[in-house]
Amino acid sequence: MHKKVCILDYGAGNVNSVYNIFKMYTEVNVSNNLSIIKDSTHIVLPGVGAFEATVEKIIKLLPIDDIRNIVFNERKPFLGICIGMHVLATTGFEFGEHPGLGWIQGRVEKLDPGGMPLPHIGWNNIICKKKSSILKGLESNPDFYFVHSYVFKPCEPETIVATSFYGEEFCSIIQYENIFGVQFHPEKSQKAGIKLVENFLSVQ
Amino acid sequence: MKKKRIIPILLLRNGWLVQSKSFSRYQNLGNPLTAVKRLSEWGSDEIIYLDISREARYDLRRDDLGYPNRHELFEIIKDVSKVTFMPITIGGRIRLLKDIERRLILGADKISINTVAIENPVFISEASYEFGSQCIVISIDVKMVDNQYRVFANGGTLQTHYSAVEWAKEAEGRGAGELLINSIDRDGRKNGYDIALLKQITDNVNVPVIACGGVGEWEHFAEALEQTKVDAVAAANIFHYSDQSVYLARKYLYQKGLNVRPPDLITF
Repeated sequence: MHKKVCILDYGAGNVNSVYNIFKMYTEVNVSNNLSIIKDSTHIVLPGVGAFEATVEKIIKLLPIDDIRNIVFNERKPFLGICIGMHVLATTGFEFGEHPGLGWIQGRVEKLDPGGMPLPHIGWNNIICKKKSSILKGLESNPDFYFVHSYVFKPCEPETIVATSFYGEEFCSIIQYENIFGVQFHPEKSQKAGIKLVENFLSVQ
Repeated sequence: MKKKRIIPILLLRNGWLVQSKSFSRYQNLGNPLTAVKRLSEWGSDEIIYLDISREARYDLRRDDLGYPNRHELFEIIKDVSKVTFMPITIGGRIRLLKDIERRLILGADKISINTVAIENPVFISEASYEFGSQCIVISIDVKMVDNQYRVFANGGTLQTHYSAVEWAKEAEGRGAGELLINSIDRDGRKNGYDIALLKQITDNVNVPVIACGGVGEWEHFAEALEQTKVDAVAAANIFHYSDQSVYLARKYLYQKGLNVRPPDLITF
């Protein structure tokens, strides 16, 4: 099947690297247009910035109810990166308490780095907690590139695919059926990032 | 566990990749885009680009520097994100917040700032407030004067009133996300990092410190990682002369049991 990726465009700053990594494999659009989103086979939500501001922009600039429908009913593979993962939560606690999109039950809270500096920036390994198509062919405990201060704390432990350690253990890959979220940046993670992108594109 | 990083630095002078000695002698090494692709394939953890061009008029009087702006910095940044998938830091000639914004929009992940931060330390606070401290790297050029580590501005030409530790602490306090510590005395000398300097800095700040200046063999990376609390080891010259340099450096450090990513050659 021919693959078409839509990177959801809600003015999230620089999406060049995300665009370029998917572009190595297939056709990519950066768009908020519903017909383009409908026409795509895979949807990606990138992100930088704070929780509340990002959710606000998403609600304002994206046809989010239709996207929800496409993801939940048509079961189109969806990948949220960093803040794009966080906004899927029920509630966020960055600069006060704010509702998220509520696609995966959980809270977004500040990481407790145990005296180490925040944000957590750099290469860190993940620890695989369960089998997932997103991890296929990756070596055990591969390193990915992280930049963040907040983490997703899921309500249902079964949604945790992998965790990482920085002061505390936190969820670095989440999956609820066809919805994936990654705390790190695959587009900055060289070989492992490329493999993960390839795996996501193989999800039907 | 979070890994220590191995970072090649690319010095750009009027669009050409150059080698530097003591911040004053430069030798042309060729096309910066080809170099970054190679360094990525050898498994660098990230790349730092420092634009050390001087005023156009100054350079045009010299004929040993190639054609000015043969490879325009902004084009390079844009192209780099098509051929590599790793974090990129860009530094040099930053004067205004919009200089930072322009580089970030083009695909830089972090911005390295030097002279303007010394002239106006409030700039660090403004930049980290506007763009987040995770993308603000303060680059500090240090030279020993009268047995004291002093900070120099303007590409190592102007002595400031700061000691290295004083300025490192102030930069951290104002919101720097990382410090890039360059030893002017060691630049291009191949006799190893200034370990005493790195110790002084890492004992006094909590933000990640990147070591730079003086690497002549892989063992010098190990010295800094074993004897100081630096978060990353950087070098310029040594990475540009041997085939698979970053891979070999990583293999050496990994086999020594240091906390770096495993060696891997990347092809895609």
